[in-house]
Amino acid sequence: MRSRMLDSNILQLSIKEFRSLWHDKILLILIVWAFSGGIYVASTASSQELHNAPIAIVDEDGSPLSKTIGNAFNEPYFNKPEYINYSAVEPALNSGQFTFVVIIPSGFQSDMMASKQPTIQINIDATQMSQAGIGDGYIQNIISGEVNKFVSGTLKAYKLPVKLIIHNKYNPNLTSSWFGSIMEIINNVTMLSIILAGAAVIREREHGTLEHLLVMPVKPIEIVLSKVLANGAVVLFAATLSLIFIVQYVLQVPIKGSIWLFVLGAALHLFATTSMGIFLGTIARTMPQLGLLFILTVLPLEMLSGGITPYESMPQLIQDLMQVAPTTHFVNLSQAILYRGGGFSIIWEQLVILLLIGSVFLLSAVSRFRTSVANA
Amino acid sequence: MANSKSSVVSLSCVSHRYGENDAIKQVDLDIPSGCMVGLIGPDGVGKSTLLALIAGARQIQEGAIRVFDGDISDANYRDAIAPRIAFMPQGLGKNLYATLSVFENIDFFGRLFGIPAKQRHQQINELLLATGLAEFRDRPAGKLSGGMKQKLGLCCALIHAPDLLILDEPTTGVDPLSRRQFWELIGHIRKRREGMSVIVATAYMDEAELFDWIIPMNMGKVLDTGTVAEIKQRTNTQTLEAAFINLLPDSVRNEHAALSIPPLNLKDNKIAITAKGLTKTFGDFTAVDNINLEITQGEIFGFLGSNGCGKSTTMKMLTGLLPVSRGEGLLFGSPVESNSMAIRHRVGYMSQGFSLYGELTVRQNLELHAKLFHMPADKAKERIDSLLDRFTLRSYQGVNSAELPLGIRQRLSLAVAVVHDPELLILDEPTSGVDPVARDNFWALLIDLSRNHGVTIFISTHFMNEAMRCDRISLMHAGKILVTDTPEVISKSRDSETLEDAFISYLEEAQGNKTATPAPQNTIDKEYPIPVNRAFSLRRLFGFSYRESLEVLRDPIRLAFALLGSALLMLVLGYGISLDVNDLTFSVLDQDHTPESRNYIQSISSSQYFIEHSALSSNEELDRRMQDGELSFSVVIPPGFGVDLKRGRVPEVTVWVDGAMPFRAETIDGYMQGVHSAYLTDLTLKALGYVPTILPINIASRYRFNQDFKSIYALAPSVIPLLLMFIPAILTALSVVREKEMGSIVNLYVSPATRLEFLLGKQLPYIIISMVSFVILLFVTVYIFKVPIKGDLFALYSAALIYIIATTGIGLFMSTFTKTQIAALAGTAIVTLLVTVSFSGLTSPVSSLEGVGRLMGECWPATYFIIIIRGIVTKGLGFSELSSSFQSLLVFAPLFTLVSVILLRKQGK
Repeated sequence: MRSRMLDSNILQLSIKEFRSLWHDKILLILIVWAFSGGIYVASTASSQELHNAPIAIVDEDGSPLSKTIGNAFNEPYFNKPEYINYSAVEPALNSGQFTFVVIIPSGFQSDMMASKQPTIQINIDATQMSQAGIGDGYIQNIISGEVNKFVSGTLKAYKLPVKLIIHNKYNPNLTSSWFGSIMEIINNVTMLSIILAGAAVIREREHGTLEHLLVMPVKPIEIVLSKVLANGAVVLFAATLSLIFIVQYVLQVPIKGSIWLFVLGAALHLFATTSMGIFLGTIARTMPQLGLLFILTVLPLEMLSGGITPYESMPQLIQDLMQVAPTTHFVNLSQAILYRGGGFSIIWEQLVILLLIGSVFLLSAVSRFRTSVANA
Repeated sequence: MANSKSSVVSLSCVSHRYGENDAIKQVDLDIPSGCMVGLIGPDGVGKSTLLALIAGARQIQEGAIRVFDGDISDANYRDAIAPRIAFMPQGLGKNLYATLSVFENIDFFGRLFGIPAKQRHQQINELLLATGLAEFRDRPAGKLSGGMKQKLGLCCALIHAPDLLILDEPTTGVDPLSRRQFWELIGHIRKRREGMSVIVATAYMDEAELFDWIIPMNMGKVLDTGTVAEIKQRTNTQTLEAAFINLLPDSVRNEHAALSIPPLNLKDNKIAITAKGLTKTFGDFTAVDNINLEITQGEIFGFLGSNGCGKSTTMKMLTGLLPVSRGEGLLFGSPVESNSMAIRHRVGYMSQGFSLYGELTVRQNLELHAKLFHMPADKAKERIDSLLDRFTLRSYQGVNSAELPLGIRQRLSLAVAVVHDPELLILDEPTSGVDPVARDNFWALLIDLSRNHGVTIFISTHFMNEAMRCDRISLMHAGKILVTDTPEVISKSRDSETLEDAFISYLEEAQGNKTATPAPQNTIDKEYPIPVNRAFSLRRLFGFSYRESLEVLRDPIRLAFALLGSALLMLVLGYGISLDVNDLTFSVLDQDHTPESRNYIQSISSSQYFIEHSALSSNEELDRRMQDGELSFSVVIPPGFGVDLKRGRVPEVTVWVDGAMPFRAETIDGYMQGVHSAYLTDLTLKALGYVPTILPINIASRYRFNQDFKSIYALAPSVIPLLLMFIPAILTALSVVREKEMGSIVNLYVSPATRLEFLLGKQLPYIIISMVSFVILLFVTVYIFKVPIKGDLFALYSAALIYIIATTGIGLFMSTFTKTQIAALAGTAIVTLLVTVSFSGLTSPVSSLEGVGRLMGECWPATYFIIIIRGIVTKGLGFSELSSSFQSLLVFAPLFTLVSVILLRKQGK
């Protein structure tokens, strides 16, 4: 007994898509790399937000205190500080060689002991946006810590009336690779699904095979769905393996929530992105046009969805626009599931939105399908 | 005769294999020079392979080939003699560029061979006049009819005045009138250029009758060689067609029997196809003009006409592929609607171009179609097996259909069209490029379908003997039907001996005398010097640039995407990417509820970075709302906070920060420290009346280059390197692989142009486009984002140019080593996105990275351009301060292009 499903056009066309992909070995290698080596490299490149920050010290004091301060900057947060002359500060900052230069003025220790409140200066290359602010805080803490240690016993220490204790939930040491690995998977899922689905449409149109399908008892929606299904499945499969083997096993990232709930979310996300890719494929007339459309779409999707910079800090207009983007919701639900251990009750809304976005793109693609073939 | 002359080409022991299949087996051959030599034989016997090997377009696997007394496998020799050879590959206009005009196509080929402009233009004009293409000079090649495409292909081949002209099935798919003109043209050219050798592969035996010397081939072997007369004499036959069949091995020959067509016996005059006033317009152009047709069920109805007369358009309207402009088409009495599934089950269609899946095997293609027509598995298998035999495809069943020779592919298309036993077959030039024996086999099937199964067949063809087999035919010209009747009546109506003469007479009448072959211009007798073949020629390089830029200019949408798209992206990303962390949501679990705790909360909520959400009532709620992502952090104030504070017992406030995004968490930690110490200062000020010295020193942080620490100053300039990486790389990523996929790469193979000329020539236009894009992006930075450029503007432009040379090179690199456009796009995206976004210092400097990521960052041009652009825009620097980054960037500029040169092949496999 063969079921209806096995005979269905969608299945047959999907098998054909798989065969086409299988035929393109270079493409397969690229996909495998994207979900293995790519993820590994991306998440191991830096282990902390402030990591090996390049720092230099101008020590004009040469006192025990200034030496203590200099020795207090350690890996992993800072590189071993380099001691430079005052005249070298400017060129060093200019060339981007150092992000931070601490200047300890001469007579620093003796002025302090004489209660003259000497000033220690931190020069920060503010063009290094992510390191500058965080590093500033770290350096201030390190210096005041060293100074306090130095003076304890000699000067009357001040007792703080309230203590502040900060805990980082879900990622106690703020290990970057936890974040980077998952975000890289999300980026690759988005990027590959759009390009595979979109290019599959253009290739079929450029080779005349789409026209051929349209004279057979095959509905446009079946063609579109088969591409969604096949390309989505390949990417989903790769992403799932990557999550289990690369992220969990190789990178040892603890996953809080259910992987399978994440896979469900990824499947819906793929439904949205592959539909989007096919929609782009019906707009672009040639492969070069598709390539550019793809870049114009995928860059905002990846960079503004909260996977690289904090979503809530973007201008309101961009935030509103990005509500239409599937990645925004996928990033959101992935963080909720994988880091915070959220369950279905917490992410169901995102799932519904993804389904909705996907349906809109799918239907638009289907409605444009015939016209785009006739005009080719 | 031929034997007395020296040979122009000689092959010894040449063999060629594609995977498992032998294309050519141990061929020894001497081809006399100065002759018109015909290569004849069925499909897939190795004719095309042989020609490509002689032309140097394919690498020789085994044996030796000497052309003009030199070894063609020697790359230097190949380049040296390339100007003396012209090669026109198989397939209608396969090596032409569809968006370029007739003139531009020939002009490009002229540039490829380094012909100076003046001479080139003169020769083009002469060729256009001679071929009658002069009035279509500005028409894009893609919009030409098949016959005109072939003539254009010939012009492109002749522009450099070759001594050896190699034509692979030049008249396949060309209508009789155009064919006749084509051969007349070749005749004139041969008269003019005495001593020119021509080697032609053809499936038309009537054409081959006129050749000087014939090479019949079968199964990768040469059967015989000699003049037509010699071969006829040896085989004791009257026609070449008969002679050829005689030369075939018995097994093949026996299958061939003369076709007999039983008379049409129409029982009931049910109508299968009706067209009433069917009209199709494209803009101002009327492709099909008011066509009326009635085709009875079971009839074989032929459609004849010159190329581009509207036959295919009519067929496409009847299949529902093209919407009808006016009038209506009916299939089996019901109107053709694009969505009527029931009718599609009853129709089989074969389009003119090959439109099956090249990456699937012959059997997989057949299976896919059988399944899409919902044939039961056992029936499908049986049907496919019988079709494999019927179309002699069995030996090819495991071969990917893209690798099949043209004729075999056509047979496969036919098999696919009939796989589901349709009641109506619409076949658009199904036998173009198919050899005579296979054509007869195919017709035997059609006759069987029509006479024994009542299948209606609507077929277009250029073969007159096929037209004779139709029950009725229509002659079509310029969108109109000239006459519809039985072939006999049509022949008689013009008092012609043959249908072909009648057909041509109708056409000439319809066209006026316009198309009579123009008398060849005597001016073309002039001999032009063949330009010296240099190792590196700027003219050829610019030839590639010229062609590439024309293609880009013909596609204004792509240009707009590249230029305006990048500006738009800059706006969105510049505004959107923000490393200014603010608007952070938090909530408080206040377990104390005293004025002291409220005071503490007040100090947090007054921070400009934070937004307070409704208070928490329990730890469970805290967990849930943080899990939800609603809260970025939460503050827990313990019971007894107020009392402890007053008594100096140092109460502890706990803050839970969402660590899911480490960068944000770090920033929140910092903000909270600040808020807390501000609170403490405030508290002690109130309690003691003065601010105590918490620390005996001052720490002064100076944010250099960007006093306000606003990310736009740092980010706007950093988005430029990002965009100038992706857009140029994507632009060039398809440039080479597209030619590979479309087949026009063969032009590089057979031209004297070097790989470096080819790649640099292609790169140049994209460098210019990207520089324009850079200027636009800079404009957006300065005037829209109001980020002033403090440093040396000239240095900035220089850096951008070097950077763009590198990024377009990355695209070229991807393009040379991939085989499909999809892989090139995906590869470029995968490689450039990760490294550029994560490892080139966009958010944190490369020196903070480690491992492979750091290495990649250091070996990536974006890293250095980001340093340079930040240095110039925000730090006010110039060349001298940034010299080390400039040096690194300079290394990359030629690197990718050079690697591409090494990777690119200059011959097919």
